Amino acid sequence: MISLAGRDILHAWGKFIFTGIGLGLLIGVTLTMAGVYRGMVADGKALLDNSGADLWIVQRDTLGPYAESSSVYDDLWRGVRAMPGVAAAANVTYLTMQVRHGQRDVRAMVVGIMAGNAGDPGWPPYLVAGRQITRGHYEAVADIATGFKLGDELKIRRNRYNVVGLTRRMVSSSGDPMVFIPLKDAQEAQFLKDNDAIWMQRRRTAANPAFNRPIVPGLLEAILDSQTTNNYVNAVLVRLARGYTSEEVAEPIRRWKRLTVYDRSQMEEILIGKLIATSAKQIGMFLAILAVVSAAIVAFIIYTLTMDKIREIAVLKLIGTRNRTIAKMIMQQALALGSIGFVVGKIAATFAAPHFPKYVLLMPADSIAGFFAVMLICVLASLVAIRLALKVDPAEAIGG
Amino acid sequence: MKVPSQQRQILALVAVILPLLLLFAYVAIRSGPLAPVAVTVMQVESQPISPALFGIGTVGARYNYKIGPTTAGRVKQLYVDVGDRVEVGQVLGEMDPVDSDARIRALQAALKATRAAVRQAEAKAVYARSQARRYEKLLGADSVSEEQVATKRQELAVAEAALAAARDEVNRIQADIEALHAQRGHLKLISPVVGLVVAREANPGSSVMAGQAVVEVIDPTILWIDTRFDQISAAGLATGLPAMVRLRSRHEQRFKGRVLRLEPLADSVTQEMLAKIVFEREPLPMPPLGELAEVTVSLPSLPARPVIPNAAIREVEGRQGVWLLVDDGLRFVPVELGCSDLDGRVQVLNGLKEGQRIVVYSEKALTERSRINVVEQVPGVVP
Repeated sequence: MISLAGRDILHAWGKFIFTGIGLGLLIGVTLTMAGVYRGMVADGKALLDNSGADLWIVQRDTLGPYAESSSVYDDLWRGVRAMPGVAAAANVTYLTMQVRHGQRDVRAMVVGIMAGNAGDPGWPPYLVAGRQITRGHYEAVADIATGFKLGDELKIRRNRYNVVGLTRRMVSSSGDPMVFIPLKDAQEAQFLKDNDAIWMQRRRTAANPAFNRPIVPGLLEAILDSQTTNNYVNAVLVRLARGYTSEEVAEPIRRWKRLTVYDRSQMEEILIGKLIATSAKQIGMFLAILAVVSAAIVAFIIYTLTMDKIREIAVLKLIGTRNRTIAKMIMQQALALGSIGFVVGKIAATFAAPHFPKYVLLMPADSIAGFFAVMLICVLASLVAIRLALKVDPAEAIGG
Repeated sequence: MKVPSQQRQILALVAVILPLLLLFAYVAIRSGPLAPVAVTVMQVESQPISPALFGIGTVGARYNYKIGPTTAGRVKQLYVDVGDRVEVGQVLGEMDPVDSDARIRALQAALKATRAAVRQAEAKAVYARSQARRYEKLLGADSVSEEQVATKRQELAVAEAALAAARDEVNRIQADIEALHAQRGHLKLISPVVGLVVAREANPGSSVMAGQAVVEVIDPTILWIDTRFDQISAAGLATGLPAMVRLRSRHEQRFKGRVLRLEPLADSVTQEMLAKIVFEREPLPMPPLGELAEVTVSLPSLPARPVIPNAAIREVEGRQGVWLLVDDGLRFVPVELGCSDLDGRVQVLNGLKEGQRIVVYSEKALTERSRINVVEQVPGVVP
């Protein structure tokens, strides 16, 4: 038995293929948009994964350290470390800023990590080149997305840092690549003011008669010294010991240390439910519109393709072809068109994804869902076309 | 109507569809979460390593002398300024004596008066003695009563006591005058060493408290670096170890030094150990005091043991270890780590043997089930 659909496709194969490719690009854009949405969520989760923490201890009643600013004293971790169920506790600071390298600057999240060993909370969990930080000062591990190379010299605030290692997929929740530097340097970068501000502050203090008293020599110096100290960090990362649940460890810290503690699921809720909620909804809305528009265009294309053939269908009816055969032809063509579109779309999306400035995550589950959605749209659109085709009067074949 | 060759059409269609399908299959397998993870591997080798410690500190003078008056007063004159070299015993400045000359003159006058009083007391004593002697003779002749003799003896004792008191008063005033002279001597600010003036805290006319520094002098030939090492990475720090110093203002230059002293007191707030590093040869020109310096202290090298780069160390379920390559699969082995050097090489005490192949760099976090693709360099890294 000859395939009517196949014969018809062969008859105008060029047109068919190009229609399929056009459709594919549209599907590709939709898939990419889904990937952008997934990428935003993945960025948020990557931030949590890469911190290597089970619990986040932050300033009381804040949503820190990612969604709100939080500062706690930097000796707090010692008390936390001694609590039962805590396997490791480490200070961390986060600061999103422009990192200078030569003439250009890159927006990056500067992460201050406590001195220790690779694998400690806060440290980059894996590298793609170079080594981890070994010196207590002036070394940096940068995400490869910053464009920095090994041996580059970065400028963060007043100090220069040597890039000793590169990592990958270490991003903030807004997709900015991370630069890891030793904690003490990071505290300085975060809390120490620029030189002008320090000089002005000194003059202000010196002008205050309460601090600059002639009968107490050395008081002014002592006050000035105390103004330049910084003993704050943004959060304490905690890793749980085996056999403890996060609630078992978090509750005593909340109760006795009077701090706010988040576990992994709460942190995800903050990041995805609060921090990126609006932008995710924005992308989601755009995705929904794009999906509807794509569906409409697919339907129109199949409809017009059928309408183009209305005379041939009339001839088929005239020679006594059964309705089922005609319906099968139209549906097969629609599904073939949809398949080509999906294949082209998937390929286009995959090759386009790495070129986006932010992470685009194409999930296989999304692709499969996309495939069935395309097929469903094709079936629905072809049903409309079939209904029209079957209603055609065979007389049109000879009339007109 | 010319009928096109059906075979040619089929061929053309296949020529378009087939590459598309191949590309699709490639895309589905080689990208996204199903794609294999690019990793680089290395063989564990035994190597000796030379650990080193890294710290930062500030340049300081080993000896500094804060010179100021011993009593509160006003600065009269300063003969030196910041940057001047001074000799031992050189007068750097003077305090205003204010009223001390007048007080000396007053005491000298008082001294004269007291000496006159001594002479008066002497005369009285001489007279009292002769009177006493005379009355004793007369008593022998029974010409006077015993009571009269006793009166004369008492008068003599009083006169002698008054003389002694007057003489002591002279001593007291003389001592006062000496004390004032000594104080006047301390009004001179004198350098105790050959040195360099680094600070001039007060200028002529300003009042200073007792003990407040007016001029600060250092010995510029002996500088040290007050260095801080993080406690977590300060194992092995000891006196006498060689060090390499880089000054912030002369970043390309390196100066040799050594650890002079390890402070017995560590800083508990910053969790740092403190050590003093001295230069082998003082850098010229002299670095300003307070300049930031980076110090690298070399520790004795350690015998050969299996060594891995610190980039290979991962943390899985709270344990430190490395990903071992076994039959093209991955297995996580916990390791016990020893010393490390500043180039990121770490000795393995337990858990790894020489010749085993481990993952160093990976494109993403690995799991037991990760499919891997061993490459020379992780894609995207610019050599």
